[in-house]
Amino acid sequence: MNMVQALNSAMDVMMARDDNVVVFGEDVGYFGGVFRCTEGLQRKYGRDRVFDTPIAEAGILATAVGMGVYGLRPIVEIQFADYIYPATDQLVSTAARLRYRSAGEFTAPITVRAPCGGGIFGGQTHSQSPEAIFTHVCGLKTVIPSNPYDAKGLLISAIEDDDPVIFLEPKRLYNGPFDGHHERPVTPWSEHEAGEVPDGHYTVPLGRASVVREGEDVTVLAYGTMVHVALAAATEAELDAEIIDLRTLVPVDIDTIVASVTKTGRCVIVHEATRTSGFGAELSALVQENCFHSLESPIARVTGWDTPYPHSLEWDYFPGPKRVAEGLRRAMED
Amino acid sequence: MKNTIPLQLHVPEPPARPGQAPDFSWLQIPEAGSVPRPDTATEPQEMRPLAYTLIRVLDEAGAAVGPWNPRLDPETLRRGLRTMMLTRAYDERMFRAQRQGKTSFYMRCTGEEAIGVAQAMALDDRDMIFPTYRQQSILIARGWPLVDMMNQVFSNTQDRLKGRQMPIMYSSKQASFFSIAGNLATQFPQAVGWAMASAIKHDDRIAAGFIGEGATAEGDFHHALTFASVYGAPVILNIVNNQYAISSFQGIAGGEHSTFAARALGYGLPALRVDGNDFLAVYAATRWAADRARSNRGATVIEHFSYRATAHSTSDDPSKYRPAEEAALWPLGDPITRLRAHLTALGEWSDERQAQLSTEVDNEVQQAQREAESYGTLGTGEHHSPATMFDDVFKEMPWHLRRQRQELGF
Repeated sequence: MNMVQALNSAMDVMMARDDNVVVFGEDVGYFGGVFRCTEGLQRKYGRDRVFDTPIAEAGILATAVGMGVYGLRPIVEIQFADYIYPATDQLVSTAARLRYRSAGEFTAPITVRAPCGGGIFGGQTHSQSPEAIFTHVCGLKTVIPSNPYDAKGLLISAIEDDDPVIFLEPKRLYNGPFDGHHERPVTPWSEHEAGEVPDGHYTVPLGRASVVREGEDVTVLAYGTMVHVALAAATEAELDAEIIDLRTLVPVDIDTIVASVTKTGRCVIVHEATRTSGFGAELSALVQENCFHSLESPIARVTGWDTPYPHSLEWDYFPGPKRVAEGLRRAMED
Repeated sequence: MKNTIPLQLHVPEPPARPGQAPDFSWLQIPEAGSVPRPDTATEPQEMRPLAYTLIRVLDEAGAAVGPWNPRLDPETLRRGLRTMMLTRAYDERMFRAQRQGKTSFYMRCTGEEAIGVAQAMALDDRDMIFPTYRQQSILIARGWPLVDMMNQVFSNTQDRLKGRQMPIMYSSKQASFFSIAGNLATQFPQAVGWAMASAIKHDDRIAAGFIGEGATAEGDFHHALTFASVYGAPVILNIVNNQYAISSFQGIAGGEHSTFAARALGYGLPALRVDGNDFLAVYAATRWAADRARSNRGATVIEHFSYRATAHSTSDDPSKYRPAEEAALWPLGDPITRLRAHLTALGEWSDERQAQLSTEVDNEVQQAQREAESYGTLGTGEHHSPATMFDDVFKEMPWHLRRQRQELGF
C-alpha cells in the first residue's frame, strides 16, 4: 500500500470495528478527499458516518468536540495543515483542555488528520509544517508518520486514544519515500518494505520512536519526510549515523533519544518547519538537559528557514540531503 | 468617481450614560398575547416576522394571555417561582461570600432567572445543555445540589473540578450540563455537534446551546448556525440578550440595525424573539423549539430579550458606564415579580406564602453554605493537593508530566 491507501485502510478498519467512529471534513464524503484518503468510506459506511462539511475548520473542530462529548470518536480531516488555524481556539481552548477542566467528566477523543509539509509547489498556504504550534499545547498529542506501515498503525492508535491527537501526514510521502532528491522520480512505496501493510487491525503505539538506521557516529532526530532525507544524507556523507524517526512528538520518546545520543555523543536535529521555536528547539533542550555529559560537539539543527514557504524557491527552502549532510559533517568536526 | 464628502466612522453609542436619565424610547414592546403562534411544521420563511417581534404571555395585570400561553398548572408555576427565588438567593449569598474573601470571583444572573429555569423545566432532564456563564439556574432547576456548586465556587477539598476552574465554571455530566468555558461562543457550535451525534445515533435527546448577545459576534456563532442549518441538527440555539457585554451595550455587538434573532434568517433557520423576563413566554418558546427538534425539523434560534440587572461580575462596576436607575426602570420588569403577580392573580399565591418561601430558600442556601464552607474556601486555603495539578491533562500521565510533578515535590 502507499500511504494514502494505508490511511484509508486504518479508517476502514476502525469504522468497521467501532460504530462510534465517524469521518468528516471538506470534500471527504462522496468524493473521498482531495488526496483520496477517505475514498469509498461513505459508500461503505453511509452518509451518517462519513460526510462533507462546510468550509469552516473551526466549525469542524467544534462539532467534533460536541460529538466527542456525546460519546463518538470523530476523525476529522483538515484539507491542508495550513488551514488549521481557524480551528485553533477549538483545539487549544476546548479539545485539549476538556478532560482537565471537567476533571475527566467530558473528553474529546478526536483525531485531526491534516496533510503537512512541502515539496509539491504548494506555496506558503499548502506547504506548512505547524507541528510546533500543537506540541506547545498541553493536552494534545502530536503524531507524524514517515511510511505507510507506521501511518496505518499510528492512525489506529490515534483513533483508539482517548485524548485528542493531531495527526500530521507529510503529503510528499503519500506516494513514496521522498528523500529530498526532487530532480529524480521517487521510488513507489510498493518497492519499499514499509509499503507492506497488513489489511487488518494492528497498532503502532503512540509515544515510541523507531530507530530506522543504527549507527555509531552521530544521532539524527527526525520525523516525517525528513527521515528519508536524513537516510539519504547519511549515505551521501558516508557517515555511520543513527537515525531516529520520532513518529510521536508529544509525548516524545525520551528513552530512545537519550540512549542514542549517550552512545554517539553527537546529535543533529532535522525538521522541515521553520527554525525559531520549532520542535527542534525542544529536542535540543531535552538532549542538552539529559545528555550534556555525553555530548562531544554542539547540537546541530537543520531546518526550514524562518520564512514563509516560497513557491518557486521551494527547493532552496527545503532542508534537502545536501544541507542535512553538511549538518552531519558539522556535528562530526569537533 | 471621487467622493465629495469626507467618510465617517460610525461607533454606536447607547441611549444613556451615567448621570443621564435612562432612555427606553428605542424599545418596541408588543402587547402580551399579540404575537401569533405558528404550527411547528410551518416553513421557516413563513415565520420570519417572529424574529422581529417579542413573544409575551404575561400582561401588565399578571394574566397569561394569547396563543403562546403554555397553560401550566399552578404546581408547575410555583416550582418555577421557587427555583428562580432559590437561584437569586444562591447568587446573593455567593456574591457576599466573594466580598468576604471566600472566593476570587462570582457572577450573578439577577433578572435573567426565568431564561434558565423555564427552559430547563420545558426540556427533558436528559437533554444536553451547553451553557455559557450565566445559566446556573439550569443546574438548580435540575435539582443539582447547591453544596456541590458552592464547592466549585470555593475551590475547596470537595470541588469535583479540583480547583482547576474559576468560580462558576460548573460542569456536571450527570446533570447533562456541559463544562463552562471562558472562551466565549466555543460551546455554541459544540452544542450543534452534540445534537448531530444524537441524530447520527437515532437517539431521542436534543441539545440546547446558550450564548450572550455580545458573543454572537464571534465566528463560532456563525459556525453553529451554519452547521445546524446544513445538517438539520436537533438543537435549540439560545441567545441571551441582556443588553450588555461587560460595559458594551448591545449596539456594539451589532444590535442597532437588526435583532439578534434575525441572524437566524439568513441561515434558513426559524427564530423566536421572546420576552426573557416572562417565565411563561420562555417556557412556551422552548417547548415549541424542542417539539420542532424532536420531530426532525431541525434547529430553532431563540433570542431571550432581557436585562442584566447587576454587574457583569464581581470585578465589574456598571455605575461607570450606564445610568444607575436603568435596571430598576427596565420596562419588562423582573421575572420573579412577574411570575409571583401571575400566581397571585390566579388566586394561587399570597404575600404570606411569598414570605414563607423567601425564608425557606434563604435557609436552604445558608445550610448548603455552612456545609460547603466546612470543606474549605479559597480564602481559608483548603484545597486539593498540588499533586492533582498534573492529573487529567491526558488520560494516562506521560513521562514529562510525571517528571514535572516530581520537580514540584510530589
